[in-house]
Amino acid sequence: MRKVAIIGLGQTPVREHWESNLRDLGVTALRDAMDDAGVDTVDGVCVGNMLSGALSEQEHLGSLIVDYAGLDGVEGMKIEAACGSGAAAIRMAVKAVGSGLMDTVGVVGVEKLTEYSGKFSTAALATAADADYETTMGLSFVGINALLMRRYLYEYKYDKNDFSIFPINAHKNSIHNPNAMFRYEISEAQYAKSKHIAEPINLLDSSPIADGAAAVIVCAQENISQFKGKPISILACEVGTDTLALDNREDPLWLKGVERSVKKAYYLADVKPKDIDFFEVHDAFSIITALSLEASGFAERGEAIKFADKIGIGIKGGLPLTTGGGLKGRGHPVGATGVYQVVEAAKQLRGEVAKEVQIENNNIAMAQNIGGSGATVITTILKRIV
Amino acid sequence: MDIPRYWRLKDQRYRLQGKKCLDCGNLSFPPRLVCPKCKSRNYEKYFFIGKGTVYSHTTIYQAPDRFDHIAPYSVGLIDLEEGVRITAQFTDVPAEELKIGMKVEMVIRQIYEDGPKGPILYGYKFRPVISV
Repeated sequence: MRKVAIIGLGQTPVREHWESNLRDLGVTALRDAMDDAGVDTVDGVCVGNMLSGALSEQEHLGSLIVDYAGLDGVEGMKIEAACGSGAAAIRMAVKAVGSGLMDTVGVVGVEKLTEYSGKFSTAALATAADADYETTMGLSFVGINALLMRRYLYEYKYDKNDFSIFPINAHKNSIHNPNAMFRYEISEAQYAKSKHIAEPINLLDSSPIADGAAAVIVCAQENISQFKGKPISILACEVGTDTLALDNREDPLWLKGVERSVKKAYYLADVKPKDIDFFEVHDAFSIITALSLEASGFAERGEAIKFADKIGIGIKGGLPLTTGGGLKGRGHPVGATGVYQVVEAAKQLRGEVAKEVQIENNNIAMAQNIGGSGATVITTILKRIV
Repeated sequence: MDIPRYWRLKDQRYRLQGKKCLDCGNLSFPPRLVCPKCKSRNYEKYFFIGKGTVYSHTTIYQAPDRFDHIAPYSVGLIDLEEGVRITAQFTDVPAEELKIGMKVEMVIRQIYEDGPKGPILYGYKFRPVISV
């Protein structure tokens, strides 16, 4: 395997982009990343997307984006792994470049979730779960996460309001991210009286439906001098899986997909959790942040909230989380999210984020993108190239 | 319209039919073609009794389109007596009375109507145990 690096970054703001279609969002992010890298073509394009068919009546995104990006004749394909589609697309690019099959690959995660009503999008998002045995029982995607949160509260005796630590931190950081959807702080009091979506999950536990696109250019590390972009090394980009349906897991509160993914990633990167300087966690819901911190080896079982409190998850804390606002504050355009996370982590390592949220002396970053209720998990570990 | 799906799943929806592995005895619901424990493809049908306890529950306020007209409603994970966990809606019980560990039993109820002119689709839901 060749060493692989990220040489270009691009992103659109996360918004309700009623004026833009999928292809314009995707092409904007991809061409911005190509400009950042200083390339006018690539060997292949991997498009991460979940719901273009359901919500834009558009599949076949690979060739569509290649066509409109002015990359006539270049190979392009869509990669789908529910909310993990973005990082899954990065994984494919890493495989292509690492193996030597390609030298330079563009990855673009793109999603439009605001074409229809929220209820219609809610139903589409639920296709990440088991259609025959979960979704047709009336379970929404929020509902699946609510089942996890209820059991967590029951087993570990937390007060529900203890979870506010995660969304409050995310919003504190998203203020300084011009591409974030929500640029305001939230308080414990607002969290406590926020309305239920699927009890016990409330609105402020939940990342918002949004549109957006983010892109990275992946190249062989041996070739970085050919580009103008500031390179960041990809030490690992590894996938772990678990049963699709939550009810098929013996121990739902332990995300085995996360454990499998981080074990491989830590091994390949030759790092331990304590070596990670900051973590772009998949905070689609507050409970997922807690379960991810535990299965990733940062916190003991049932201790994620106490851990977060003790170590500090703010910019100056021992393990800063969601420095660009996370899914909660930046917004969650599902198939684009995994790429936004890696773009944010790479910008942090490059020293290119707003000074209020820039972590000093950072060296190693981890980003984790989760599909469904943990059925596909992709953990990416990035490092500065000195 | 997903009539073929409902017809195909009728034994699961009406009778909780899963599978029993003939090599290791493992029980599965939903039915699987490959035993998750011993990887055998040697199976027979197995009908679960439909009694269990609540592992977790939620009340859904913002529902997918198809279920919007019945929201709020409660859904849960139920540990069946035979040792398999399934997802189902609750019925005949107010949301505030649901508790983890509560004993529940399967009943057949309407799950949803497939549009104003479509068929009414039935299947399992769970209610607190009232029969002895």
